[in-house]
Amino acid sequence: MIELTIDGIKAKVEEGTTVLEAAREMGIIIPTLCYHPGLSPYGACRVCMVEVVKGDHSSLEASCTLPVEQGQVILTNSEKVTRARKLIVELLLSSCPNSKTLQDMAANMGINKVRFKIKDRGCILCGRCVRYCKEQMKSGGIGFVGRGTSRRVATAFDVTPEECRNCGGCEWICPVCEKACMADSLIDGLCGGCQNLAPVETCLVCTGCSESVSPQGHKVY
Amino acid sequence: MRSLRSAVELEQLRVKILSQRKPEKPCISICGGTGCHAYGCEDVAKALKSEMKRQGLSKQVELKVTGCHGFCERGPLMVLHPQKIFYQRVSPGDVSEIIAETVIKGNIIDRLLYIDPVNEEKAQSEEDVPFYKRQQRLVFGNNGLIDPTNIEDYLAIGGYSALSKVLFNMQPEEVIEEIKKSGLRGRGGGGFPTGRKWDSCRNAPSSDGIRYVICNADEGDPGAYMDRSLLEGNPHSVVEGMVIGAYAVGAHDGYVYVRLEYPLALNNLGIALGQAREYGLLGQNILGSGFDFNVKVSRGGGAFICGESTALMASLEGRVGEPRPKHIHTALQGLYGKPTNLNNVETWANVPLIINRGADWYSQIGTEGSKGTKIFSLVGKINNTGLVEVPMGITLREIIYDIGGGIPRGKKFKAIQTGGPSGGCLPESLIDLPVDFDRLTDVGSMMGSGGMIVMDEGTCMVDIARYFVKFLTEESCGKCVPCREGLDRMLDILTDITEGRGKEGDIELLEELGGLLKETSLCALGTTASNPVLSTIKYFRGEYEAHIREKRCPAGVCKALITFIIDAEKCTGCGLCLRECPQEAISGEKKKPHVIDQSKCIRCGLCRDSCKFEAIIVA
Amino acid sequence: MVNDYEKVKAIVDRYGGKHDSVIAILQDVQSEYHYLPEHTLRAVASQLDLPLIQICGVATFFKAFSLKPRGEHTVTVCLGTACHVRGAPAVLDEVKRQLGIEPGNTTADMRFTLETVNCLGACALGPILVVDGKYHGQMSLGKVKKVLNRYKKVQKDGRHEELKVSS
Repeated sequence: MIELTIDGIKAKVEEGTTVLEAAREMGIIIPTLCYHPGLSPYGACRVCMVEVVKGDHSSLEASCTLPVEQGQVILTNSEKVTRARKLIVELLLSSCPNSKTLQDMAANMGINKVRFKIKDRGCILCGRCVRYCKEQMKSGGIGFVGRGTSRRVATAFDVTPEECRNCGGCEWICPVCEKACMADSLIDGLCGGCQNLAPVETCLVCTGCSESVSPQGHKVY
Repeated sequence: MRSLRSAVELEQLRVKILSQRKPEKPCISICGGTGCHAYGCEDVAKALKSEMKRQGLSKQVELKVTGCHGFCERGPLMVLHPQKIFYQRVSPGDVSEIIAETVIKGNIIDRLLYIDPVNEEKAQSEEDVPFYKRQQRLVFGNNGLIDPTNIEDYLAIGGYSALSKVLFNMQPEEVIEEIKKSGLRGRGGGGFPTGRKWDSCRNAPSSDGIRYVICNADEGDPGAYMDRSLLEGNPHSVVEGMVIGAYAVGAHDGYVYVRLEYPLALNNLGIALGQAREYGLLGQNILGSGFDFNVKVSRGGGAFICGESTALMASLEGRVGEPRPKHIHTALQGLYGKPTNLNNVETWANVPLIINRGADWYSQIGTEGSKGTKIFSLVGKINNTGLVEVPMGITLREIIYDIGGGIPRGKKFKAIQTGGPSGGCLPESLIDLPVDFDRLTDVGSMMGSGGMIVMDEGTCMVDIARYFVKFLTEESCGKCVPCREGLDRMLDILTDITEGRGKEGDIELLEELGGLLKETSLCALGTTASNPVLSTIKYFRGEYEAHIREKRCPAGVCKALITFIIDAEKCTGCGLCLRECPQEAISGEKKKPHVIDQSKCIRCGLCRDSCKFEAIIVA
Repeated sequence: MVNDYEKVKAIVDRYGGKHDSVIAILQDVQSEYHYLPEHTLRAVASQLDLPLIQICGVATFFKAFSLKPRGEHTVTVCLGTACHVRGAPAVLDEVKRQLGIEPGNTTADMRFTLETVNCLGACALGPILVVDGKYHGQMSLGKVKKVLNRYKKVQKDGRHEELKVSS
């Protein structure tokens, strides 16, 4: 067993656990996008950053790929963490403003403006569909093509691949496709609707913790 | 050639090779590096060959096409042994005179000598040329002495003696200890202590005992080409270093990952590996020691990110070059999940030197934290473009002025960019900075692989920052958000600034994004990507502000912010610019000053380029 | 096509059909066809028994690969830092104007493909323009047209076709 401290709480977890899993076990919520408990960790969206404290200095690490270590000291909600997280979500919103998941996250984090040019790519390249297809369906019909800003999720030559069994899992697991933001217009890149008007039905990163959920969702992001 | 079976046989062969070579025999060594190639050294070599044949000298005079000599500015380069006469800018037309005068009569042809632009003194040999005088060419200097396609040339200068020493007189642990003691740090960018890396790889658990060593020759930093020149010019030194490293960490398989754009390096390396195998210096039972080591060559696919170790390994496994989180170091779990030791070309080439001359000798060179020499490629707005090898700790000023000969056309030095796209731009106030790993990091730049790009007053620092960010945007693999989206938005902002759409708050937003990249990116490409932006903001903030507030590019580079004007006093009305202008924006009568119609001008610069009277000025 | 399948098979066999040789296999296929035609990628995928998208992913990730047919001449402008500070962007603009295409594209007549490279390591010669592997150093804007004109091809009817110069 590995002993570590997360947000001041000491815990013992099994070796090979990630910091994200350990935190969730303890009921500490860390927002995620590319992470899914049924898929291999990917470490791409960087929303789950946590602060790893080592003596008098610290660094940010993606908790979904960070293995627990003996004596590790983790902060999941420090100023450094929230500042970085907010900017990442702001960047993501500018490239995929019509995701309800992202808009809700932004609202919960108190982002009040997207300062970047909106370039709607309709995808955050979290790769959940790609991993789902490969790992859960053992199919591998979809994947990434290109690199950098030309990177996109695609099927080979953009036709339905032979491997596809029409399971629909790729759409189901997508944090953008299934949960599209229905707002008519965005102000400064934000819809703001869910934060101010509509109640959030369930916590988006719900781990079954006992905390009550307010209409604004968890305020802990 | 029968495979060598022992250290004694290697030494016997060396004695034999040396006895067949007469040091007094005339030998013409021509630089065959890529720079000189482009200048046409092949034609010079061809002309020499046929001239020697015509004169019946083929037997008496040896002709050697070697690797890069370093002084690329002055190519094609030639050194005539045994007198070591150094000729530069040689053309095929000079060949018959060189044979008749210098080779046969021993006379020096004055016009082919290098003339020091400062004191106008003529230099007869390489050592007299200021460019070479201040260098300490321990690793790179052998390039000029050997034909890279002939292993016997490498053996003649003591090649593979370090390997033999290691295999028969040293335990692997002792080798690692020696490298540790030497203080050698990785020449590829990070500057990680090589000995420690080897140590963790050797001690990493491997269920089946398999370990790998890799040579990273995917040199991708624009403006850096020392690794290519080493592989082209002295591939055996790299191979020897790798075999020693493999012995030390306990690996029996290795890979060299070579950039595809380096065909000559691939060719020469392939030949070297073949010869090393043939001579029993590579493969099964090396030199009869019982140690086996094989090397495979892998061609890169053209992706800067593959210089990153985990991306490189992914690519070796046939996957796209996407980095993975490095919580578990590649020394423990690298290629195919096995302990893997990766070093770059220059690091490997340092290894035989350390083994031969000892860690104590090696660690005397350099500074406290950075030992040995480093090869830099000195390029950009500099008089003497080329590869320079200097001891760590030398100042930027010595490199730029003493070796590099200063800035062309009397222009003013403005900045030097070190460390490639992940490095930073350093201003004139830091010109006396001693160059080593830690000092460069301290001031917001880095050693990187050793590119040094000199910039003068005609270089716009915002444009340079934009250039690097654009480069990195294209080279980012696109996996993690800060690097993919963050760089893209930084590019948007920088483009706006250079095109006159900059606004208040842009600089601060760039700094904020830069900080995010540093802290949250998945791999080193992302974490260092903001260095060029942050360092130019730090040292040249005023230039950013001029672009944003005054819509002015002080260096006269950013097209949207400049205008071309004809100086009526200098214009002779020759009409050349008028004919060149693709927009028909220039008008004027013959022999009378012309004018540019600004509404038509696209600022392509063809007119300025064509003007012989410097009458077209940028405002 | 059958012939192509065999050609690809010979290349795949050369690497023992190993999955980790995908990049090397595609490089060899590309040097055979000068680009990667769709059916060759399908052939590689089926022979290696890998999902086609994985092959496409590799083929679109690395800059060395092209999925589009390439022109007769390849014009490459070096955009390394040394070339950049010596005026490579203006040289590229001029080449773009002369050929009427953006980097990565081929002229409609399939004569020229324009590419950029991030350093050829021949920085002393910068800015550099490479045509079909031949280096043209110290480029000035005026020299661009002259160099490109040398690659004008004699047409069947014996007259020189002028390069399209867009204004």
